[in-house]
Amino acid sequence: MPRLTDILQSWKDRNRSKIEEWMLTLKLIKRMPLMIVGIILILSFIFIAIFGSYIAPYDPYKISFSEILEPPSLKHPFGTDEYGRDIFSRVLVGAWVSFEVSIITLVIAISIGTLIGMMAGYFGGIIDEFLMRITDIFLAFPGLVLAIAFSAALGSGIHSVMIALSLVWWPSYARVIRGQVLSVKENLYVEAAKAVGLGNLTIMIKHVLPNSISPIIVLATLDMGGVILTAAALSFIGLGAQPPVPEWGRLIADGQPYFPEYWWYVVFPGIAIFLTVLGFNLLGDGITEILDPRLRRRVEFGG
Amino acid sequence: MGVRLKEREILLIESLSVYFYTYSGIVKAVEDLDLSIYEGECFGLVGETGCGKSTLMKAVLRLIPPPGKIVKGKVLFKGIDLTKLSEQQLQKIRGYKISMVFQEPSSALDPLFNNGYQIVETILSHEKIAQKNAWKKALSLLRTVKIPEAERRLYQYPHELSGGMKQRIVISIALAGKPDIIIADEPTTALDVTVQAQILDLLKELQKKYKTTLVIITHNLGIVAEYCDRIGVMYAGKLIELGSTLQIFENPLHPYTKGLLAAVPKISSKREKLASIPGTVPNLINPPSGCRFHPRCRYATDRCKKEVPKLLEVEPGHKVACHLYNGENNG
Amino acid sequence: MVKELVEVKSLVKFFPLRRFLFHIGDVIAVDNISFSIIKGETFGLVGESGCGKTTVGRLLLRLIEPTEGKVFFNGKNIFELRGLELKEFRRKAQIVFQDPYSSLNPRMTVYDIISEPVKFHKVKDEDVRDYIIEVLEKVGLSKDQLYRYPHEFSGGQRQRIAIARALSLQPEFIVLDEPTSSLDVSVQAQILNMLIDFQRELGLTYLFISHDLSVIYYISQKVAVMYLGKIVELASTDEIFEKPLHPYTQMLLSSIPIADIDYIKKRKRIIPKGEPPSPVNPPSGCRFHPRCPYAKDVCKKVNPPLIRVDKNHLVMCHLYSS
Repeated sequence: MPRLTDILQSWKDRNRSKIEEWMLTLKLIKRMPLMIVGIILILSFIFIAIFGSYIAPYDPYKISFSEILEPPSLKHPFGTDEYGRDIFSRVLVGAWVSFEVSIITLVIAISIGTLIGMMAGYFGGIIDEFLMRITDIFLAFPGLVLAIAFSAALGSGIHSVMIALSLVWWPSYARVIRGQVLSVKENLYVEAAKAVGLGNLTIMIKHVLPNSISPIIVLATLDMGGVILTAAALSFIGLGAQPPVPEWGRLIADGQPYFPEYWWYVVFPGIAIFLTVLGFNLLGDGITEILDPRLRRRVEFGG
Repeated sequence: MGVRLKEREILLIESLSVYFYTYSGIVKAVEDLDLSIYEGECFGLVGETGCGKSTLMKAVLRLIPPPGKIVKGKVLFKGIDLTKLSEQQLQKIRGYKISMVFQEPSSALDPLFNNGYQIVETILSHEKIAQKNAWKKALSLLRTVKIPEAERRLYQYPHELSGGMKQRIVISIALAGKPDIIIADEPTTALDVTVQAQILDLLKELQKKYKTTLVIITHNLGIVAEYCDRIGVMYAGKLIELGSTLQIFENPLHPYTKGLLAAVPKISSKREKLASIPGTVPNLINPPSGCRFHPRCRYATDRCKKEVPKLLEVEPGHKVACHLYNGENNG
Repeated sequence: MVKELVEVKSLVKFFPLRRFLFHIGDVIAVDNISFSIIKGETFGLVGESGCGKTTVGRLLLRLIEPTEGKVFFNGKNIFELRGLELKEFRRKAQIVFQDPYSSLNPRMTVYDIISEPVKFHKVKDEDVRDYIIEVLEKVGLSKDQLYRYPHEFSGGQRQRIAIARALSLQPEFIVLDEPTSSLDVSVQAQILNMLIDFQRELGLTYLFISHDLSVIYYISQKVAVMYLGKIVELASTDEIFEKPLHPYTQMLLSSIPIADIDYIKKRKRIIPKGEPPSPVNPPSGCRFHPRCPYAKDVCKKVNPPLIRVDKNHLVMCHLYSS
C-alpha cells in the first residue's frame, strides 16, 4: 500500500511544472492590490451566494407588517421593505440567483460559442462562411435589446432570462474561439497529429481546443459581471425574476417607488450589484495583466 | 574621461558587464568583457544562441531593455564613453555614427510609411537640410544599395518588396548618416542562400567604399570565414578567443572554438564524423565557477574550476582565455 | 536487386489562387517531378524558398493531396490507400519538422506527446511507459523529463522529443523537413550524428529537406536540386558537389557560406543575379533563365527536358541537350 507521502511526492514530480507556474502567478498577484481586492470581492460573492440562506439572520420571505419600511438599524442592517422583510437577508439570498444565472448562462453560451467557433475555424470554407453569417446576425443587435426581445418571447421568469442571455452572449465566444482556432491549427503539432493518422475529431478535442481556450478565461470573467448586470436589468423591467424572488435587480425595481425617502431599499441591492460587478472586472483586468508577457516582464524587480 | 586610443582603435570595450534582473534570478549575460575594434575592419562576432553577442552590441548603443542593465565597464567610441552619455547625446550617435542592421527586415521597417520616407526620416533627424534634398539623398542611397528601379521603389511600401530588397532598404537607412560603424546582427539569417550572398557582398563592398567599420554578429561560421578580417568567439557571456580569420580557422586554440569548428560539416572528399561538444550551454543565472566552459571541456583541470582565465595573447593578434595557454605565464 | 522504398511519378501540386471567391490562377508548387528513394538511403532535397521542397515532403506523406501523380510506398500508391492500409502507412512513414517550437503541443507533457501515437497505433499494448522511457533514453533524454512540458526544453531537446515521437512508431521512412536549421551548430552536430546512427541501426530511409548544402553533403547519398517546382539536377552527392552541371546548382554552391578557408579559396565565385522569383508568376521557358549567366534564346521559350548526362546524373538544362 503506497504511503501518503509517496503518493504526494509522485504527484508533485509529475506536476512540477504546473506547480512552478502557479507559484510564479501567485507572486505576481501579490503585487497587484486591485486584483486582490477583486478576488476578495468575488470570493465573498460566491461564499454569500452558496451559504446566503444559512447565514441570513431572517427568513427573506417572512412578512412582518409591524416592521415595514424601517431604516437600517442594528436589528435590520439594511432596513426592511414594504412587507417588513429584512432586506439584508433578501440581499444575501438574492446573491444565489445572480450567481446561478451568470454561471448557467455562461456555461451555455461558451458551449454553443465554442462548438460553432471550432467548426468554423477548423473546417473553414463554406462551413465557416455559413456559421459566421449566423453569428453576425446575432451580433448585429445590441445585446440588451436582443435580451429583452428573447426574454419577452420566452415569458418571464429566471429560466427564460438564462436562455435569453445565453443567446445574446454566445456569438462573441464563437468569434474569439474561431480566431484562436485559425491560428492554432497552423501549428506544426496539429500537422504532426495528422501525420500520425489521428482523426479530425480527436485533433480538435485533444490538440486544438486546449490551446484555444485561454482568452475565454478572461472573457468569461469579465462577462460574469456583464451577465449579472444584464440579468438585473431584465429583472428591473419585470422580465426576469418574479416576486417574491429577491433577485437584486428585482429588489431595485420593487424599491423604486419608495425612493428617495426610503433610500435603503434601493441603495443596498445597488451596492451589492456594484461590488460584485466591480470584483469581476478587477479580476478580469488582473488576469489580462498576468497573461500578458510584456506586462509580466515589467513586474520583474529592477537592480 | 580617460582616453586610451591605440592606433586606429575606433571602439574600445573595457570590462563590460551586462546583467538582466529577472524573476528567476540575475542573468549574467555579458561578463567582464574586453574588446577592441579597429577602424575600417570587418569584425565577426560569433557564438551560439545565448552567448551574449547580440547583448554586447546592443549594450554599445545602450539599447538594452529593462530588466537589463550595464552593471560596469566602459564603451569608448572614438574616445567618448558611451555608457556615460545622456539619452539625448546618445541619439545623435545612434543610427548616425553607429548604426545597426537587424535580422528581420520586416520588423525593422514600418509598414505604414513608404520606403523613401523611412530613409528621409533618418536623414532629417540628424541633418538640417531641405526635404527635397533629403529625398534626393534617399534616392541615391537606394541606388548605392543596388535596388533596381530605384525611383519606383522609393515610393513603394515595404510589403511590396521581397526579403532581400527590404534588407537593402534597411542597409540604406543604416548608411544615411555615413556611419563610422555598422553593426549587422544576423543580417542574413532570414534570407535565402543566394540572396544572403548578395547582401553580404553588398555590405563588404559598401564597407570598402565608405571605409566604414563593419561588425557582423552571427552564429554562422561560414559567413565569418568568408567575409571577416578578425573574429571574436563568445561563450556564455565571455569572449574566449580573438584573432584574425586565418588564425582562428587554421589554428583554433580554445577547446570550444575547436569543438565548434569540428561540428560544422565541411565539404571535402573525406566525410569526417561531426564532432559534437558534449553537454549543453550553461544557465547564466548560476554560471559555472571559474572558466564557464569547464563542465564541457575535456582538458578541464582543477584550476579551470576555480580561476576565471584571462584573455591573453598567445601569438601576435591572437588572444585566448584558457588556462591551457596560461601555464607558464605570470598572468 | 535494390529495392525502392519510395517511388515518385509525375507529381504535380497546384494551389488555387482565390480573390473574393474568384479563381484567378494557380501557384504551381510542384511541377511534374519524379524520383525514387532506395531503402536505407538518405535522399537530400535542396532549394531555396518557393522551390516546392516542403510541399514535396508533405505530399510524400499524404499530408496534402496531389493535383496529379502517384507516390508508391513499398509498391502501393499512397493516394489510393484507405482504412487500415492507410493507417498502417501513417505508422510507417513519419515526419520531423523544422520548427521545434510549434511542432510540440505546449499543453501536453513529453509522455503524452509520445504515448499518443504509440497508443493510437497499438505499437505497445502494455508497459507503454517503459517503452517510452526506452525511446527517450535512445534520443539522449532522461526519464525524469517524462512529465515536463515542451517550454521547459531547449530547441535541440525539443527536436529530440520530436524525433522520439517519430521513432516510437518504429517507422520505415522519415521525412526530415529542415530538422536542424533552427539549431545551433554544436546541437546540429549532435542531432545529425544521432540521425545517422539510427539509420544504420534501424534500417531507416530518410528524405532530408534542407537549404543548407553542407548539411546535405554530410548526410545524403543522393541529392535533388529544386527550383520553382522542378527538379533541375539529380545525382549522387559526390557528383553534385564535384561536378555541378546546372547553373543554378553552381550558383548555390558558390553562395553558401562554408566554414572552410581552403574550400573558399578553391571554389569558383559566381555572384548570384536577381532573386528567387515568386511561384505565382514563373518566367517563361526555363524558369531559371532570368538569373542564368548562360541563358540563350531557346532558354526563354522552351523549358528544357530532363537530360541524362551520366548513369545517375540528370540535369534539366539546354546546355547539355545535344
